[in-house]
Amino acid sequence: MVDVVLWGSLKSVAGGKAKIEVEAANIRQLLTRLGEAHPALKPHLERGVSVSIDGRIYRDAWFQPIPPGSEVYILPRLAGG
Amino acid sequence: MPLDIKPVAPGHSFTVVGTRPLRPDGLDKVTGRAKFGADATAPGMLIGKVLRSPHAHARIRSIDASKALALPGVKAVVTRDDFKEGDPDFRDVLRNIMARDKALYEGHAVAAVAAVSAIVARKALKLIKVDYQVLPHVTDVEQAMRADAPVLHDDMFTAGLEEAPDNAASAAKAEEFGHVEDAKEKESDPHHGASLTGGFRPQSKKPSNVAKRHEFGHGDVEKGFAKADIVIERKFRTEATHQGYIEPHACLANYGSDGQGELWGCTQGHYMVRNVSAQLLGMDVSKLRVTASEIGGGFGGKTTVFLEPVALALSRKAGKPVKMVMNRDEVFRASGPTSSATIWVKIGCTKAGRITAAETELKLQGGAFAGSPVDMAAMAAFACYDLENVKAVGWDVVVNRPKQAAYRAPGAPISAFGVESVIDELAHKIGMDPLDFRLKNAAKEGTKSSYGPTYGPIGLIPTLEAVKKHPHYKAPLKAGQGRGLATGFWFNFGGQTCVSLNINIDGTVALALGTPDIGGSRASMCQMAAEELGIPYDKVRAVVADTSSLGFNDVTEGSRATFSSGLATIQAARDAIGKLCGRAAQMWGISADAVVWKKGHAKPSGSNAGNFEPLSLADIAKVAANTGGPIAGHYEVNAEGAGVSFSTHIADVEVDRETGRTLITRYTVIQDAGKAIHPSYVEGQYQGGAAQGIGWALNEEYIYGEDGKLQNPGFLDYRIPVASDLPMIDTVILEIPNPGHPYGLRGVGETSIVPPLAAIANAVSAAAGVRMLELPMSPPKILKAIGGQAAGKGKSKEKGGSKR
Repeated sequence: MVDVVLWGSLKSVAGGKAKIEVEAANIRQLLTRLGEAHPALKPHLERGVSVSIDGRIYRDAWFQPIPPGSEVYILPRLAGG
Repeated sequence: MPLDIKPVAPGHSFTVVGTRPLRPDGLDKVTGRAKFGADATAPGMLIGKVLRSPHAHARIRSIDASKALALPGVKAVVTRDDFKEGDPDFRDVLRNIMARDKALYEGHAVAAVAAVSAIVARKALKLIKVDYQVLPHVTDVEQAMRADAPVLHDDMFTAGLEEAPDNAASAAKAEEFGHVEDAKEKESDPHHGASLTGGFRPQSKKPSNVAKRHEFGHGDVEKGFAKADIVIERKFRTEATHQGYIEPHACLANYGSDGQGELWGCTQGHYMVRNVSAQLLGMDVSKLRVTASEIGGGFGGKTTVFLEPVALALSRKAGKPVKMVMNRDEVFRASGPTSSATIWVKIGCTKAGRITAAETELKLQGGAFAGSPVDMAAMAAFACYDLENVKAVGWDVVVNRPKQAAYRAPGAPISAFGVESVIDELAHKIGMDPLDFRLKNAAKEGTKSSYGPTYGPIGLIPTLEAVKKHPHYKAPLKAGQGRGLATGFWFNFGGQTCVSLNINIDGTVALALGTPDIGGSRASMCQMAAEELGIPYDKVRAVVADTSSLGFNDVTEGSRATFSSGLATIQAARDAIGKLCGRAAQMWGISADAVVWKKGHAKPSGSNAGNFEPLSLADIAKVAANTGGPIAGHYEVNAEGAGVSFSTHIADVEVDRETGRTLITRYTVIQDAGKAIHPSYVEGQYQGGAAQGIGWALNEEYIYGEDGKLQNPGFLDYRIPVASDLPMIDTVILEIPNPGHPYGLRGVGETSIVPPLAAIANAVSAAAGVRMLELPMSPPKILKAIGGQAAGKGKSKEKGGSKR
């Protein structure tokens, strides 16, 4: 199980929950299960987000492992110039 | 970093990496041989021109192009009817390149013409009849948030509200900021008003110009402020600026009768151009080939499409190649400048200099469509600090201006301007050196960042310590001069990348990259390939391949090209080395495992492997046909692990109190590069970011009239810094290895534009003796601030601005 923290604007979509407990071994499972648990989150997750695992930010890596007890944040998809 | 990538050992001694060879595109660029976007030509080519809305906001009732089409020499006209809306993900980009039911800003494309010459095309534009219903407009971010503002999109409802639809709690909280806290010394800005949202009440059930609310942070800021000995809050304002690339947008499209198309043009991402253009024209991606030209600057402004799908549609309709080139007026009115913004910042600290709470509210307009970089601005705002209580709220707002595009570290310079100004003021208020104040509160490994995640190894403190040691920081100032310091943060990222490395018959190497070179990246790639292969730099030649030659590559943005294409180049070279060793093993009749690659040669791994003369890369390449055919290395990756970056800048300025002119007398950039592959280009990125930041701080601004029209769409009236405005910008490169890259490098293209706005504002505030709250700090604004200070002497500090 991992505790996932949502950034502010996703919190309101997830019924005001900032932290959600999810059973996920990688980023793909994490996003899938978050969407299943909170369907309103699904379109936001599909449009693209970043996932921070223990301080390192990933944009697309579905199969990046999430070790148990990791610090996980869902953040806006990073953009740059 | 993928598991199959091995980092070099700590303390590894590089041969080519870290040297400063000549850039491969240098001679072409200084002799005029380099081909930029507007240099492309094709037989029978037509010229395309765009008809643009003269109104800031208008409903388009009808478009009649019959007279234009009847003009001799006109071969095609396209309007909204030539582009079908399909995938909702592409809706805004389509509506931006060609207006549909409404023109949303002055300069918005309404129709386009292809004709035999530019003269005929321009005549034709005048013959197109557009029936507009002019609508009320709004170009100011705060006004656009008001309940009575003209609404741009009937289907835009604010997302991400804290409590919707009733925001009574927010309103109550807003009023709190209009009061000075009891028993606390507090500097407040009277212009912030009694509301956090300037009268705007978030309402998710009613169409609004506010696309989204973002929030980041942790702890309890109210409790934190209660612990503070001093609290300062200020409201700042920045104007929209343009990236100021010298080369206007340009492309040549050729759509064949067989349904296959080609595009040439200047862009930061030709794969993006291919995918978006194919989508908007209903083409198979494989039927469109895009070639990136040399690029005369991008800085984020060429990370989207403007002309390309229009040129392709014209070419499809006319059956001939169509070339389109924006003039400077169009670049200003109709490409993608950055946001204008208001920034409210409140920070509290103890008398000992420890920050107890920090809060910001950012309002950024993103032009006529959602997507301002306010989320990035809010995440980056306090990222340099180790804070127990922090909150950053951002509002993404639409106005009747051109859709913003990325500009180096999008959003971060804006929030840093506000935050670093208040940090500076707090430090002076408690009598602490601003550098020591930052060191005392600096984020480090293990700090919970202001946007959430806990930092791994980061390099902020080393940049601050380097400032302390730098002679600039201790150098004496003359009368009328001021010194400012600011620090900045940026994320950096990697992304999809594909590289091919081909060994030629003579032992030279052709490197095919998919990331357009906007800052000297080809030279860095050649160095990394040469380093791995053990051959001289000039034996490697890099090209930016077209979209049919390599797998997909993300846009060159996010400081990613040297990081991710470099990583892929190193891996492609290692792939080729494996094959080279295999060929040598074949020739020696031994196992490939018994061959190693050292200093450009295949060698037996030890005495047990046999006694063979080493074979050079050229030896193996020469007989490749006999040993199995061509030798090439490839690598495809979605690179992650780019590593965040920090930069600290020192600015000295001299303010002429009679004219209000600011002269930058000395400037130093100190930044962590992880590993500088080509130090000259790293320095160039540092200097370029500083130069653009100086322009943003002192002179550059989009000026809109009451009519919603841009007043200064040219370099005479929109003043970017020229060489005579700038001192030699000194640079210090720190190398704190990024564990996410085999050589330890970090992206360096963006972080350097984050601190300058605040560093210069702090310097000007020190020199002028008054806190500067608005950018650009142009002479009229400085004179007004100095005048206001003189007039305001004797007023209570709660009502006034800064004490410096």
